[in-house]
Amino acid sequence: MSDAGTAAAERAVADAHRREWAFVLAATARVAGDLDVAEECVQDAYVAALAAWARDGVPEKPGAWLTATAKRKAIDVLRREKVFRSKMPLLVEPAEAEFPEESGVDVVPDDRLRLVFTCCHPALAREAQVALTLRLVCGVSTGDIARAFLVSEPTMAARVTRAKKKIAAARIPYRVPEAAELPERLDAVLTVVHLLFTTGHTAPTGGDLIRADLVDRAVHLTRMLLALMPDEPEVRGLLALLLLTDARRATRTDAAGRLLTLEQQDRSAWDRTAIAEGNALVLGAFRTGRVGRYALQAAIASLHAVAPSYAATDWPQLIRLYDELLNRWPSPVVGLNRAVAVSMVDGPAAALAEVDALAADPRLAGYHYLPAIRADLLRRLDRPEEAADAYRIALALVANDAERAFLTARLAETTRPARSEH
Amino acid sequence: MAQYAVLIYSPAPADPMEITPDYLALLDRYPAQVEELGGKIVTGFALQPSTTATAVRGDLVTDGPFIEAKEVVAGFFILEAPDLDVALKIAKLNPATIDGGVEVRPLFVPPAE
Repeated sequence: MSDAGTAAAERAVADAHRREWAFVLAATARVAGDLDVAEECVQDAYVAALAAWARDGVPEKPGAWLTATAKRKAIDVLRREKVFRSKMPLLVEPAEAEFPEESGVDVVPDDRLRLVFTCCHPALAREAQVALTLRLVCGVSTGDIARAFLVSEPTMAARVTRAKKKIAAARIPYRVPEAAELPERLDAVLTVVHLLFTTGHTAPTGGDLIRADLVDRAVHLTRMLLALMPDEPEVRGLLALLLLTDARRATRTDAAGRLLTLEQQDRSAWDRTAIAEGNALVLGAFRTGRVGRYALQAAIASLHAVAPSYAATDWPQLIRLYDELLNRWPSPVVGLNRAVAVSMVDGPAAALAEVDALAADPRLAGYHYLPAIRADLLRRLDRPEEAADAYRIALALVANDAERAFLTARLAETTRPARSEH
Repeated sequence: MAQYAVLIYSPAPADPMEITPDYLALLDRYPAQVEELGGKIVTGFALQPSTTATAVRGDLVTDGPFIEAKEVVAGFFILEAPDLDVALKIAKLNPATIDGGVEVRPLFVPPAE
């Protein structure tokens, strides 16, 4: 076999891993009736593809080839373990799923959706949902997931194993929830994907501000969800939010990796293609009349994305959107962001009063953005001693190096005897 | 069908003689609701109040339930349901969830050799 053939096969396998993993695993899991077996068979199918595709050329539909191979392997395993399985079917596929045509138009019969909803089942802990989604839906190795969330590989492996055992033992069904449950269950899925994104967008700890691999996974995953559920406005809203937020990626740090605020970022370097796509998605979500939390957050990101400058941003409209968002999703974090908009409309003193009111909320205890925003407002109010104190509190809480460097620099500015113009 | 133990937790001491008429009315409706959702109660028991419990740890015998808590096990039943989604739907309708809660726990099935 030629080197060129081998290289082409390797490229095709890597490509199929990125694009088709969820499809192959989801279809195999239905045949295998067990996520562990399915995962193993899919892994084997990808290994087999390397040699087969180098020898015979890359098939026209790599996903179909991989699925057929993985399913065949799964059937072999089932035959070997027949006695055991007849006693204990591990992955419950409800009877209704055998007749997808009859189960109504409200459910989407795609195996990938079953897989996503099973991984994000509310009976699993959030961290297990995240780990399972990355492992099973995105095909990320346990080692890479462990590194992304800064836990040891054995810890992450144990987390994934425990979750898979619970799916089997408690019989968490392999199905798309019925229409009545869908909004709540979809919200759990979107929360997991959003969490992946935010973890990548501003890494909670460590040296780099951004973990691009997690951001890209989250965007890819949301695109898949939108393709599978084109009528769900919140999926559209989430994709818009991710695209609009990530459009600023290249400008969020300077050449030295130092954090730049929204005000300091070079808006001409924002990704206009992503912004255009995000804006169109926000419009689409709003047109449905069923506007949810993600569409509203995306609308907020969209206003920032189209503003010619920080000062010329439509802050009054942002406050209205934050109010609407607080109606849907009463989170103190939203209140905190609203306070920043208030500072641009009614001045920093009004905003400070709001932030101080929020400080009493126990859910914000330990949230470093609260003292950081407070510090910035105090700095703008020319109250340097109090600002310095707030920066110190924020510094004690922050765990990301880029953010720490930013706060340290701000603290130095506030405590410098001859202050520069703010 | 899978079998689950549904453990009922109520505010201590969970005295069945103190059950309110409202709660009793909800309990009366429960078996029919279970059937309607596709489940079946195999068997179930209510317990005497937790003040009658005795805990044994090693050689130590103490008065009261094994774990001191605001809520105590008030009873349990064995539920047969096709999957966890159905079991959880049934669990959510249990009146104990109003002021206490329930734990849904699959029964252990020994693996075949």
